[in-house]
Amino acid sequence: MISNKTIQDTAYQIMGKAAIDIPQDYRKGIEFMVQKEDGLSKFVLKTMMENWDAATEDRRPMCADSGLPRYYVKIGNDAKFEGGPIGIERALREATAQATHDIPLRPNRVHPLWRTDHNNNVGINSPEIDWSFEPDVDWIDITTVHKGGLFGTDYRMLFPGDGIDGIKRFFLDTMVSFGKRGLACQPAVVGIGLGGSKDTTMVLGKQAACLRTVGEANPDPEIAKLEEELKTLGNEIGMGAQGFVGASMVADCHIEVGYTHTGGMPMSVHMFCLSSRRATARIHADGKVTYRTDPNWFTPYMRRETTGWEQ
Amino acid sequence: MTSKANENGEFKEVRLQVPVKQEDLEKLEIGTIVYLDGIIYTGREGVYKRVLEEGYDIPLDLPALSNVNFHCSPAAAIEPDGTYNVGGVTATASFRFAKWMTGWFNKSGAKVIIGKGGMSSEQYKELYVPAGAVYLTTVGYGTGALLGRGIKKVRQVEWFKELGNAQAMWVFEVENFGPFIVDSDLKGNSLFEQEGKKINKKLDKLYEGLKKPALSRYGETDDRSDELI
Repeated sequence: MISNKTIQDTAYQIMGKAAIDIPQDYRKGIEFMVQKEDGLSKFVLKTMMENWDAATEDRRPMCADSGLPRYYVKIGNDAKFEGGPIGIERALREATAQATHDIPLRPNRVHPLWRTDHNNNVGINSPEIDWSFEPDVDWIDITTVHKGGLFGTDYRMLFPGDGIDGIKRFFLDTMVSFGKRGLACQPAVVGIGLGGSKDTTMVLGKQAACLRTVGEANPDPEIAKLEEELKTLGNEIGMGAQGFVGASMVADCHIEVGYTHTGGMPMSVHMFCLSSRRATARIHADGKVTYRTDPNWFTPYMRRETTGWEQ
Repeated sequence: MTSKANENGEFKEVRLQVPVKQEDLEKLEIGTIVYLDGIIYTGREGVYKRVLEEGYDIPLDLPALSNVNFHCSPAAAIEPDGTYNVGGVTATASFRFAKWMTGWFNKSGAKVIIGKGGMSSEQYKELYVPAGAVYLTTVGYGTGALLGRGIKKVRQVEWFKELGNAQAMWVFEVENFGPFIVDSDLKGNSLFEQEGKKINKKLDKLYEGLKKPALSRYGETDDRSDELI
């Protein structure tokens, strides 16, 4: 039986790890890109790498806009945990409030109309918690993502006739508009949601940006090819870090798909920034906890096409 | 003039004492890397509204104390014993504050604005040049830890209760605080705009050969009688 306290302590730990330590896969991606840059764009990337070192050495957040902290929980079908799903939600909200004070994070969460701020990143519908499930295992995975909230995301209803050209056009529109002055804090991990209903499109794109690692390809080889093509296209815009002339816009591009209405091809684009903050913990059935930076969210079960599930 | 990198790819760097003197402001070229020593304060829409729309007096002796206004909300907490814990600081996007800048320059005597993303060169010429002010952009934009290191002490926090953590006026003593890049000099030239123009030249070619979408939408046309989604 996994205790509620273990869940809360673990969530608290990953809040700090996400805010402070840049994931190695993202860092490697930027180290590769900086070699191809010069001028201002190179200066910006080198400064960002110094910033990651300073954050880790000082144990302080790499970016003061500590984003909108949220959670992705994957529950093993055989996991036993105290307090039920309500217990998990309470533990995650407690951990958010406590970590916001202790790290400290910026209390970014306010009421949209009254701008009420509880100074703890907790409020109505926040932090968001996305749930998923995994067959034949007894652990719980908790991932926290702290993504910035204002720039770099867009949605569009495309149609089947728009095809790959339509995808490329909307991709470019988003890169160019949010890349100017570096508002997307690029180079970014660009997540693209294709299909589903409108809300699913947004969710898939966000998860593609935040829950897959740099260098990881979609298991469908044709989609993987499109990911590579869009990444190249983005880096050929001529724009680099902070919107200066350069070639570093896209650290990686991830596409996730969902079956959609026969008449449409909804698409979303999300950009996860130079402070790509994610951290994952697995709580095993005996209460032991292991930490990592790859959320491993999109399991074969998540991408299943069939009515049932047999591995 | 634009600062250019030398053959090692290094940019011109300056370290300035705050309050920043007129002669130092005059030497700043767009693209120069700047570090600051002295006292700076945060102020954004909450502070601007309170002073310029609601008529409250600025609770600091400005510009004698400081002429550097940082568009920033720190990742910081006030402990139960009243001490401060500052983790990181980064800037917030400045373009949203254009409508208050002239009023703020007049009231505060600010000569240096630090923020994210800059403003347009028209706004620099209209708002900043008459006030004799320059704009510095943060780098990246997420150098929260480097800038956090540069903060040696929280001198005071004003209007914490009234405006909340993010909108309050934080007054910091800073040392080797940076790096920042000069986006606008005293003439109102803009580095972002110059870079943007170079990038824009290539954009048409990028879209070449891509067919038009099945249905257009607002933003691609200003004509509201068009059929759009």
